[in-house]
Amino acid sequence: MIATLGGFTLFLALGVTVYAGAASVVGARQGREDWLASSRNAVLAHFCLVTLAIFLLEYALITSDFSLRYVANNSTRGSLTRYKIAGLWGSLEGSILLWEWLQSLFAALVVARYSDRGPSGSRPLTPYVTTVLQGISVFFLSLMAFGVNPFARIFPVPPDGRGLNPLLEVTDMLIHPLLLYLGYVGFSVPYAFAMAALITGRPTEEWLRITRRWTVVAWLLLTGGIFYGGWWSYRTLGWGGYWAWDPVENASFMPWLTGTAFIHSVMIQERKRMLKVWNLVLIILTFSLVIFGTFLTRSGILGSVHAFADGPVGAMFLAFLSLVLLFSFALVAYRSDHLKGRGELDSLVSRESTFLLNNLVLVGICFTVFLGTVFPLLSEALRGNKISVGAPYFNKVSVPLGMALLLLMGVGPLIAWGRASLNNLRRNFLKPALAAVALTAALYLLGMGRAEVLAVFLFSFFVIGTIVFEFVVATRTRARTTGEGMGAAFATLLLRSRRRYGGLIVHLGVVIAVIGIAVSSVYKVEREQTLKPGESMSVGRYGIRFDELAAGERPTHVLVWATLTAFKDGTPLRELTPGQRFYPNQQSPFASVDARYHLTEDLYVILSAFERDGSAATIKVIINPMISWIWIGGVVILLGVLVAVLPERRLALLTVRAKAQAA
Amino acid sequence: MSWKKALIPLACVPVIILLAYGFWTDPRAIPSPLVQKPAPDFKIAVFDGGEMSLDSLKGKPVVLNFWASWCYPACYEEAPLLESTWRKYKEQGLTMVGVAIQDKEANAREFMRRFKFTFPNGPDPGSKISIDYGVYGVPETYFIDRQGRIAYKHVGVLTPALMEANLRAILKGG
Repeated sequence: MIATLGGFTLFLALGVTVYAGAASVVGARQGREDWLASSRNAVLAHFCLVTLAIFLLEYALITSDFSLRYVANNSTRGSLTRYKIAGLWGSLEGSILLWEWLQSLFAALVVARYSDRGPSGSRPLTPYVTTVLQGISVFFLSLMAFGVNPFARIFPVPPDGRGLNPLLEVTDMLIHPLLLYLGYVGFSVPYAFAMAALITGRPTEEWLRITRRWTVVAWLLLTGGIFYGGWWSYRTLGWGGYWAWDPVENASFMPWLTGTAFIHSVMIQERKRMLKVWNLVLIILTFSLVIFGTFLTRSGILGSVHAFADGPVGAMFLAFLSLVLLFSFALVAYRSDHLKGRGELDSLVSRESTFLLNNLVLVGICFTVFLGTVFPLLSEALRGNKISVGAPYFNKVSVPLGMALLLLMGVGPLIAWGRASLNNLRRNFLKPALAAVALTAALYLLGMGRAEVLAVFLFSFFVIGTIVFEFVVATRTRARTTGEGMGAAFATLLLRSRRRYGGLIVHLGVVIAVIGIAVSSVYKVEREQTLKPGESMSVGRYGIRFDELAAGERPTHVLVWATLTAFKDGTPLRELTPGQRFYPNQQSPFASVDARYHLTEDLYVILSAFERDGSAATIKVIINPMISWIWIGGVVILLGVLVAVLPERRLALLTVRAKAQAA
Repeated sequence: MSWKKALIPLACVPVIILLAYGFWTDPRAIPSPLVQKPAPDFKIAVFDGGEMSLDSLKGKPVVLNFWASWCYPACYEEAPLLESTWRKYKEQGLTMVGVAIQDKEANAREFMRRFKFTFPNGPDPGSKISIDYGVYGVPETYFIDRQGRIAYKHVGVLTPALMEANLRAILKGG
């Protein structure tokens, strides 16, 4: 029943979507408002149909209807309801359905926002935006209708399903994939506006202005997804790290890099009408990299810990990716006469050129990551030998580029447009630079000897210095001229130039995360030792005593855990209980990490191996200094973006409150 | 559109071709640098007693198989083929050696009993042999010719056809 209904709903949605896209073009070409209205209704109907499909699949998952193959493969009777729900994005078919649902939701939002009462300038674009977004949906719906049907049946009906991979039965599974998908889908909106601008021959600054908020929100969601993924991996996978340059991680990182470049370079076009083609290329690349990333995950052409599923999906994704690339760049070529901007920079020492440099570095990192990711393929194609490219390559190429980016982050926001005078440079950068040198020298004197970490601190202090300096000077000036208190002046500033100050807060978050990455990777201490009950090992200032080994049944697995007592400088700290989880359907056990998370350093313990009789346990201890700063940085970035995009009213409340306090 | 403009979208084509090429490759198929090189010598303490070394087998074709009792289902699928091949070809001078890697002795013996193994098998303490041969996963099989060179390496379950073809090759020249 559900299978038939679900399959029918998807086919119906496909038909409606094709119609919506076509009607939109007809309406726009012939100026027929009735066709446009009909197209808008079809977009909403499309959203309703896909929503119905989602409900049907969720209903099947929650009620354990194992006559659907997807349900049998991704759910068991014993699972908690929330993991049954999460089964929707547990593997390929459901993820595609979820993606398509988000795609239809975003299309509906765009139609609702930019129809009749939309901001001026959006009206000529909207019909084609609709067409492009519907085109993307047509791909995802066809994928399900002809390739991977989430409503496919299985016969005979199994008594129980296989369930999610145990690694995915965690609360994080409810958040990380959703954030990533939202980010991915979010970038399709500015992409669609860019295409519409090209199709209509109006590649001016309008599409940038309209999509600015969409882009920033998509960027935030993607950033959130990446940070959250790292945090999840760190806490649960039990290898003490958060990023492994795995092809699938790279797949989310590449659109992030081009997306970040895009957010910066649009400012130059808005201000100086330069870089028109460049901005189009960046958004095309970002969207293509999103599709490319999914292609990598789903096609099985590269070995990865994440990748699953071969079959027709890979070929269909590649066909779509080719279509996107060829169509988009052909449009850019076709409209290239409209895209002549003001060509030259006034000076190399200016905000434009700093931003341009930042863009080159970001795209450079993206290119090296791309090259490293596909290099195994390239090498096999050209020279016939298999190689794998690992973390050392990626670290070697991205660390120096990342350092350059860090420095630019300090310079970019404060340097003058056009041509920076010596006076401007001195006023904005002299104090932060001197402070950074002094603080770094202090760190060196305190015993921090590693040159690369000192360099990171030097640049980071410089960036933080410029941000603090900017906030202090601006607040003080405002307080003096208006007579407001410092708090009120600060809040008004945030409100008046939310984009600028939100951006600076984002930079602050990035710097905090970078410090965490640098310190934790350079000063990480790792030790593994086999202990008998009562024996201890020491790692740095910590001591770990192995007290006993125990085992117990859990609802879904058997847990074996070691009870350890952690000491710091000889005084007992707390008990730690790392373990291994054994699942009936899985060949190897899963780690169950325990750790003492702390602002200055994490004490992270893993039970690597044990004797069945409890006579010995092999314990791995990792000390990760300042790793929590990465996650704190992520939160600061979130706050910064919220300041930049939240509607005026919310922030106005803040100011009113601050003013009330001052009064 | 002039041909110069057409170059912009066409620049994407090589990337697309490269990605399409990926469909014809298998990222899990990893060639061994040891193929066509002399097989590393090893000594193995056979479960049924006694010791065996590759040196002592010079001049004989050898099939060296790595397995484990915990390797389910792959090793369980392959085991009957190993035993039947051994019975069929031992008269023609073939030696088959099984190496149980990272296994508990009791479990390994149970595995051998289950499939009625009659060819010599032994443990690999400290994974010494596996490391010398660069074993990637179980099961894995090396075909060693009469000159002591590795003629072929297979990762994963052997099919009867692959077994037959590679045996022919190393049985030649006797």
